[in-house]
This record gives sequence, structure tokens and C-alpha cells, in this order.
Amino acid sequence: MARAAPRTPRLTDDAAVVAALRRGEEAVFADLVNAYSPSLLRLAQDFVRSRAVAEEVVQETWLAVLSGIDRFEGRSSLKTWLFRILVNKAKTRGVREARTVPFSSFEVEGDEPVVPEERFRGADDQWPGHWATPPVPLDTVPETRLLAGEARERIARALETLPESQRVVVTLRDVAGWESEEVCEALGLSEGNQRVLLHRGRAKLRAALEQYLEEH
Amino acid sequence: MAMPEKTDLTCRELVELVTDYLEGALDPEDRLNFERHLVWCSWCRDYLEHMRTTIELTGRPDVSEPPSPLREQLLEAFRDWRRTRE
Repeated sequence: MARAAPRTPRLTDDAAVVAALRRGEEAVFADLVNAYSPSLLRLAQDFVRSRAVAEEVVQETWLAVLSGIDRFEGRSSLKTWLFRILVNKAKTRGVREARTVPFSSFEVEGDEPVVPEERFRGADDQWPGHWATPPVPLDTVPETRLLAGEARERIARALETLPESQRVVVTLRDVAGWESEEVCEALGLSEGNQRVLLHRGRAKLRAALEQYLEEH
Repeated sequence: MAMPEKTDLTCRELVELVTDYLEGALDPEDRLNFERHLVWCSWCRDYLEHMRTTIELTGRPDVSEPPSPLREQLLEAFRDWRRTRE
């Protein structure tokens, strides 16, 4: 019996994506692979020695998604689950390869400010410590355009350039959508250090967003 | 814009507390000071809005990424997997 091809669901609609995968819709799987493989690969490389092994880990992850999709109950989001499979596999491989990832000794750098000092008024001002060069208001760019493309890309590129420890934490929290407890456990970090890494990483991504706003 | 009491949190201090605020890690007094500052300071409201938008954009999947080099192999694996279900 012929049936109309369902529209490819948006990747943020988990229930629709899972149903489409179970029906065997290749386009949906292809979208997922495209959207998440770069982040997965990047993350895998933080745990294993070589790019080749990282690629294997990513492949195994996608195969595990397929073989597990019937059992996926949606207690977490699909991407949270996807990244969880990857980190488990990558950690196992990392241990087997005797690559010790020094997550427990993650350097939490000094306490330089996340916004440059010169953007605030000096001590001799009437209002010391308040904005001298305030943030560019978000409403300079229509929301639809902001959400559509370039701003997202700028942030993604800034994420790539973060120091490893910040990148891993921001990826797991803000790309994968993990709770802080899970990140701490997976990386052997204290709550406090996790928060510092998140704070510094996010601040740099925000600066990339602001730069985009300034140019538009 | 109403100017703050001199004892209030400064903007420079506030930006360093944004993550603790969003993570619910501020103690009640600091949280109150933080929110009181936001009431009169539209610039810090802008900063917080930047941060929320940044977090949202970071988590937004992008299907327009260039095709992953793994893509073809994975799609083949997908077709194999689908055949096993027929």
C-alpha cells in the first residue's frame, strides 16, 4: 500500500525522530549523522589516541544507536543518550589503549576575568566596576535570523577553539544536554571545577556571539 | 536608569556569577543581590540574555554541516540494519 512519505521531522522532536528511525527512514538517520558526527568525533578524540580509533568509536556509537533504538525509552533526550554511548565507548577504548586522559587533573586556570577589565569603569569613576562598554543588545538582530544560521556557526567555531577541558565540559553540558552530576562523574571532576570550566568556556562562546552582533 | 547603591554588586562582579546563577549554585543572599542588580541594570540583563542565547545556540543541531566522511559507510550500515528488520 502506498503511503505518503512523512516529512522529515526536526531533529529537536525526539519522539518523531525515534519513530522515524524505527520505521527505517534513512533521511532522518542521515540528518542525525550529519548534525552530530563532528561533535562526536571531536569528543572521541579527547579520549583516544588516534583519529582512526576515534572514527571507529563514532561508527560503533551509531551502530549501537540503531541496535538500541527499539529499547530507547526517552527517559533522557536522544542526544543525551547518543553522547552517553559515545563517552562510554571512547573511555573503554581509551583505557584499553592505555591513554590516560588527565581529566581528573583538568587544569582550572587562574582567575582572569571572563570580560576584559577595560569594558568596566575604573576605580576613579563615579560608578566603579559598572559597564563602560556595555553588551550589544540582542534585539539589534531579528530573532529569526539569529536562530537561523550564522550566529550558531560562529559559536560552533568558537567551541572548537576552546582549551580541551572547557570544550569537553561545554560539549557535554550544552551540546549533549547532560546534567552537571553526570559530567562530573564521567570526567572525575568536582562540581566546583566543572562549573569553573563551564563558566570560562561559555563566556568565550558568548563573546563570539557578541562579535557577531557587533558586525550586524 | 536608576543608579545603584554603592554597596550593590557591580557589573564586573555580576558577570563572574552568571554561571553560578544559572546553575542554581548561589546562596540565597547572593542570588537576591544578583536579581536586585538585574532589576535596575539593563546592560547586565542584556549580558544574561546573551548567555542564555549562547547556550541555546550551542545546543542547536545543525544538519547543514558538511557531510561527515563517515556518512556513506554509516548509511550503508543503516540499510543493512533496516534489512534485518524487514
